[in-house]
Amino acid sequence: MSNDANIIFERPTAMSDRITHYCPGCTHGVIHRLVAESLDELGLRERTVGVAPVGCSVLAYNYFNCDFMEAAHGRAPALATGFKRTRPDMIVFTYQGDGDLASIGMGEIVHSANRGEKFTTIFVNNAIYGMTGGQMAPTTMPLQKTTTSPSGRNVELTGYPIRMVELLSTLKTPSFIARVGVFSPMHIVQAKKIIKKAFRLQAENKCFTMVEVLSTCPTNWGITPIASTKWVASDMEPYYPLGVFKDYEEGEG
Amino acid sequence: MVKKLMKGNEAIGEAAIAAGVRNYFAYPITPQSEVAEYLTWRLPEVGGTFVQAESEVAVGNMLFGAASTGKRVFTTSSSPGISLMQESLSYMAGAHLPVVLVNIMRGGPGLGGILPSQADYFQSVKGGGHGDYQLIVLAPSSVQEAVDLMILAFELADKYLAPVMIIGDGMIGQMMESVEFPEKYRDESNPDEKDWALTGAKDRKPRIVKSLFLNPEELEINSLTLDKKYREMKKSETRHELYKVTGDTKILITAYGTMARICQTVIDELEEEGISVGLFRPITLFPYPEKELFAEVIKDNIEYILDVEMSTGQMIEDVERIVKGARPIDFYGRTGGIVPSPNEIKDKIREMLKK
Repeated sequence: MSNDANIIFERPTAMSDRITHYCPGCTHGVIHRLVAESLDELGLRERTVGVAPVGCSVLAYNYFNCDFMEAAHGRAPALATGFKRTRPDMIVFTYQGDGDLASIGMGEIVHSANRGEKFTTIFVNNAIYGMTGGQMAPTTMPLQKTTTSPSGRNVELTGYPIRMVELLSTLKTPSFIARVGVFSPMHIVQAKKIIKKAFRLQAENKCFTMVEVLSTCPTNWGITPIASTKWVASDMEPYYPLGVFKDYEEGEG
Repeated sequence: MVKKLMKGNEAIGEAAIAAGVRNYFAYPITPQSEVAEYLTWRLPEVGGTFVQAESEVAVGNMLFGAASTGKRVFTTSSSPGISLMQESLSYMAGAHLPVVLVNIMRGGPGLGGILPSQADYFQSVKGGGHGDYQLIVLAPSSVQEAVDLMILAFELADKYLAPVMIIGDGMIGQMMESVEFPEKYRDESNPDEKDWALTGAKDRKPRIVKSLFLNPEELEINSLTLDKKYREMKKSETRHELYKVTGDTKILITAYGTMARICQTVIDELEEEGISVGLFRPITLFPYPEKELFAEVIKDNIEYILDVEMSTGQMIEDVERIVKGARPIDFYGRTGGIVPSPNEIKDKIREMLKK
């Protein structure tokens, strides 16, 4: 029987056969997989270059089976710009966290989006700095406790969380900007469709595409993985609504 | 070969095209913005592109990405902009990427001024970014030499897989001189296969361009690999020029770039007065022509060394290190964007001879 069995689920070719260093309950692994499946299904892996950020996914290059660059903190969009302008025939994506993209790399992401650079950004927002040990991020929720906001984020002193998708959607040039979640099977299926669409648009030579993914950090949030996915739904999603904010194909880009 | 009259900044742009560059990234800053203004129309003529970045921080990182393709890429800037690129220079050195940067130096520190200066010697030669790394640093003293060194810079960057910096002062960028370009421009249609370039993992394992080595043993190996390159550069790549250094030369001037050129006038004029002065001009500031300089200064006829710079004294620290007290070293420098006149330097030399 085993010889005739159909394989119905396996590791995507675009993922390497390695155990990740991510904490239990972290959704980086799920998001990596959605990216890898999209590259496989669109047949892009062999001409794709990823750009890893600084943050928990700094070692993302170990988990993808495609060429990669490792950027300085926040500069992934600049590397992607330089690469794609020099090799427009390649597929380029950046994979960035909230500290990387929304804090130190704010300038690079805004201007890459506005120039309409033809790469895809996967923006993983878990409302905290993970790798450095749980400090406040620009996307940390009001009153959320972190090691640099131990009494909870005080918006009087630090402002409100930055909504990157809404901010970038005010720009005329980008072709596709969306926010998804991976905190339930239903959301994962939806997230896959949207991530795949972003890569398809890039392959069709459309301007800048970005998908923000609401993610978890049980380790630094100090709660269980299940409580974490619940917190994304109860506390993050109302502030960071899911959906497609800008779509070239719907005439909004 | 046809001679053209060109401004230094434009000649630098054309030289990059002659060297095979098709991708240029930059941010406007005086006194080198003419490079971008030239390449913005000239690059499309040869199928290339220019990206005007949002900042020099972004420029440096665009270079990182662009160089990872294996193609020749470069940028130009001036002192404050080069400061912002130090982050990416450290990363590109660590990741073994061949890139060329041109610094048309202006007066600093801070916003400083926009007139010619040589105050970025420390930053370029001693390393402005973090970590164990060096840049190859080339210093042209004429527009023609800027063109020639541009071509050489790309050769060296490719040979050593390392960033190369050309430092010229504002005078080199703004001056117009007649200049010749190579008859045959580098053909970009069929570039060499590079076993490190990111070209897509088709029928091969993925490649990674990075400067991250979390394992200390691996990081040490990377630093030692860099060190080996720098040793090889010191052995094989030093370049310098002597001017009127004879058996009668009493005073040996050390100077580079525009300053060296002015010192040639000083030497010619003093020769008419019967005072024999010679010039040692390093063309590579890293690797510095150490043995060559030491061999000149210990000749019996050399009594003094005079280091002349458009700074308060930066290269002099290398001269002192190399001369090791074998001869007295004096210094003359102007800074802030002031270019010393030959008369000032002649007065300084006459004063030295009175001692």
